[in-house]
Amino acid sequence: MGRMAGRRALLAVPVLAAVTFGVFAVAAASPFDPVKAYAGTAGLTASQENLDQLRVNLGVDQPLVTRWWNWLTSALSGDLGDSSVMRQPVSDVIGERLGWSVLLAASAFAVAVVLGTGLGVLAARRPGGLLDRCVSSAAYTLEAAPAFWLGLLAIWFFALKLDVLPAGGLTDAASDTVTFGQVATHLVLPAAVLGISQLPWFFLYVRQGVADALDEDPVRGARARGLRERTVLLGHALRSGMLPMLTLIGSRVPELITGALLVETVFSWPGIAAATVQAATSVDFPLLAALTVLATAAVVLGNLLSDLLYAIADPRVGFDG
Amino acid sequence: MTARSIRGAVAATLATVLSLTAAACSQPGGSDGSNSGSGAGDSTVVGIAYEPDSLSPLLGYGKDGNSKIFDGLLALDGNMKLRPALATALPEVSDDGLTYTYKLRRGVKFSDGKPFGAKDVVFTYRTILDEKTNNASRTELDAVKSVEATGDDTVVFTLKYPYAPFAQRTVLPIAPEHVAGRQDVNTGAFTTHPIGTGPYVLTKWSKGEKLSFKANPDYWGGAPKVKKFTMAIIKDDDVRATRLRSGELDGAILPPNLAKGFARDSGTRTYAATTYDYRTVTLPTHNKVAGDTAIRRALDVAVDRQAMVDSILNGEGRAAYGPVPTDSEWFAKGTERTHDLDAAKKILDDAGWKPGKDGIRAKDGVRAAFPLWYLTGDKLRQDHALAYASDAKKAGIDITTEAGTWEVIEPRMEQDAVLAGGGSPADPDFDQYTLLKSSLAGDGFNNMAWYDNKAVDQALEAGRRSGDTAERKAAYDTVQRELVKNPGYTFLTHIDHLYVVKDRFGALTTQVEPHDHGLASGPWWNIEDWTPKK
Repeated sequence: MGRMAGRRALLAVPVLAAVTFGVFAVAAASPFDPVKAYAGTAGLTASQENLDQLRVNLGVDQPLVTRWWNWLTSALSGDLGDSSVMRQPVSDVIGERLGWSVLLAASAFAVAVVLGTGLGVLAARRPGGLLDRCVSSAAYTLEAAPAFWLGLLAIWFFALKLDVLPAGGLTDAASDTVTFGQVATHLVLPAAVLGISQLPWFFLYVRQGVADALDEDPVRGARARGLRERTVLLGHALRSGMLPMLTLIGSRVPELITGALLVETVFSWPGIAAATVQAATSVDFPLLAALTVLATAAVVLGNLLSDLLYAIADPRVGFDG
Repeated sequence: MTARSIRGAVAATLATVLSLTAAACSQPGGSDGSNSGSGAGDSTVVGIAYEPDSLSPLLGYGKDGNSKIFDGLLALDGNMKLRPALATALPEVSDDGLTYTYKLRRGVKFSDGKPFGAKDVVFTYRTILDEKTNNASRTELDAVKSVEATGDDTVVFTLKYPYAPFAQRTVLPIAPEHVAGRQDVNTGAFTTHPIGTGPYVLTKWSKGEKLSFKANPDYWGGAPKVKKFTMAIIKDDDVRATRLRSGELDGAILPPNLAKGFARDSGTRTYAATTYDYRTVTLPTHNKVAGDTAIRRALDVAVDRQAMVDSILNGEGRAAYGPVPTDSEWFAKGTERTHDLDAAKKILDDAGWKPGKDGIRAKDGVRAAFPLWYLTGDKLRQDHALAYASDAKKAGIDITTEAGTWEVIEPRMEQDAVLAGGGSPADPDFDQYTLLKSSLAGDGFNNMAWYDNKAVDQALEAGRRSGDTAERKAAYDTVQRELVKNPGYTFLTHIDHLYVVKDRFGALTTQVEPHDHGLASGPWWNIEDWTPKK
């Protein structure tokens, strides 16, 4: 297990380096101009001389490889550079925002996994039953519903019609201090929306997995031996039905990141996802590269996690190597 | 598998969900607090659509004045007249218009308690002029040759050439040297944690979410009555309207269609701020069709401006005949053009543009057709572009509208028409010089139409150099009259900016607003003077 994690970590190094180079190359080839983005509306009246000076100051007049190499070497020594679009050091940008994104994503993930598994098991017990039909059709509908739309719907219903939950922000707009209670209430809607937008995949996988497992010989054997329904369902069927879902957990990480992007925007959540879009459209190399490393690391870790879980859940699989 | 166990499981799941929600709701200061935006009488929360990149005046923040955290040497009042702020009076200008002397207010302190002085003014201007500073608006101070402190309370600016609107530029905020001078000007902590002399102190900036301010009790102009002021950044128009309706916001900027929804609401008032914010079509000189004066003049009268104001802006705006709005003191009376399709056709007939079989005119084998670009996703510009193309079609000119981002549009600006916007109310020079001066053709986004007219060039120079108001007025009248004879742009509308604010703040005012939606635009431009009803 440890060896597998170690080898994956080693493998991640060239992957991360390649990805950052890819980001620099794609960003350099994109039609977006970092100088125009930096200047914003002022750029619409700035003289060409002023813009050229900015280009030199921001260091974006250097060739692609030079810029990447400079970024990489200083990043390795702990200096992530300065974000041109946020006008502050990249480490500050990430430090201020990452925690809130992780909180949002983790809560959403928990909602999706717990509800998805629970509903999946219940539905699988009686395929074609009332609960199964209701939840399955809801799940298919949800798969097609964009998180953005769900978010607006949730705001309309919970914040506007019922007036029970705040419509956005990390805390009340009028409040300055970040308290646990404030964050908790403000987290409910975005986390629920993000979680529910991810839920269909977990639900459908678990439902299929458990339903299949219920038809397998070991389960039928267990039933024939007169074991309690609960033991059969949770001990046997769920255990083998969970396997495809464990792979899913890893592969949903990128989806979760893109989903968070839209949800953070709708709910004015001060996380890292919103900064990512800004960094990309402004060709803010240092910030973009750092965020890409983070996202790549999240995906690599997600895959590792799902493989580990898989091996633990099913001893037949084992750890590679 | 009994019915009872299913019921149990469902109940358990529901209970979990409910308890999660309930637990979250019942946190202390939770949902009750969510409406506190409208609760306390001395706090205000407003929703804005744009967020500044930086709060450092050295990087361009607040350069047009009124920044709340900072003060400039001068400030603009409700009628856009200059009044002293950190200076005790308007500057003394030397006869040749080259030297501007400012006497500074004494006893003013920055919010960290350190005194403000002439060295801070000198530091601010010198830093902005330093080319190592990433300030994209530096060109605006192009006229400055040097800035010196003579004594602790006098600052003297020396200009390279006489520049009449220079005093208007000195509304830009003054940064404290003892803070900003000790760190990286482009990325230091000052860019996000500013310290100024203004009526409000920034308590927190949560990027992408909100800016929180508290009143500066030691403000030299008197402590503001609204003690707490929050600007929530909500980019989506619908979400902003929703949060205003849910009571979380006390005011917000809204597009016309959403503001209409609040018109009958007794608890709110809608303010339409008049602006210099124009929408125009560039008619590039390098295009064989759009560059032809007859085509330009025909389009200028073929377009139905009032119809655009009524249908696109819901009446919240005015027809535009040039960069100067019709109700401005700088407007040249008599340059209004009435919508007259027959006149347009006659101009084209006389110039030899004859209608072809498809109704589109042609001359010497050149078809009267050109593309018109607008910014993707900007509904207002799209509507203007479509209306313009439809009006042109009636006169026999075929304009194809195309959407693109600035990256797509910019390389085409020399040849293709663009639905552009702009406008700066502080001084006619600010807009018109960069828009019309032939030497600035193709310089970044300046003079996008490559307009080239000697009479206009001369008038623009005269307008910026003369210190005499009557002379300046004559110069800008000339510019506007020349635009009738040879319109390099078809100006369409000046659009009002709409704000909806809770009634409990009483009747508020707005300034004349520029194209940019700055932080201090809207009825809260003078929030330090508000007296909320309890």
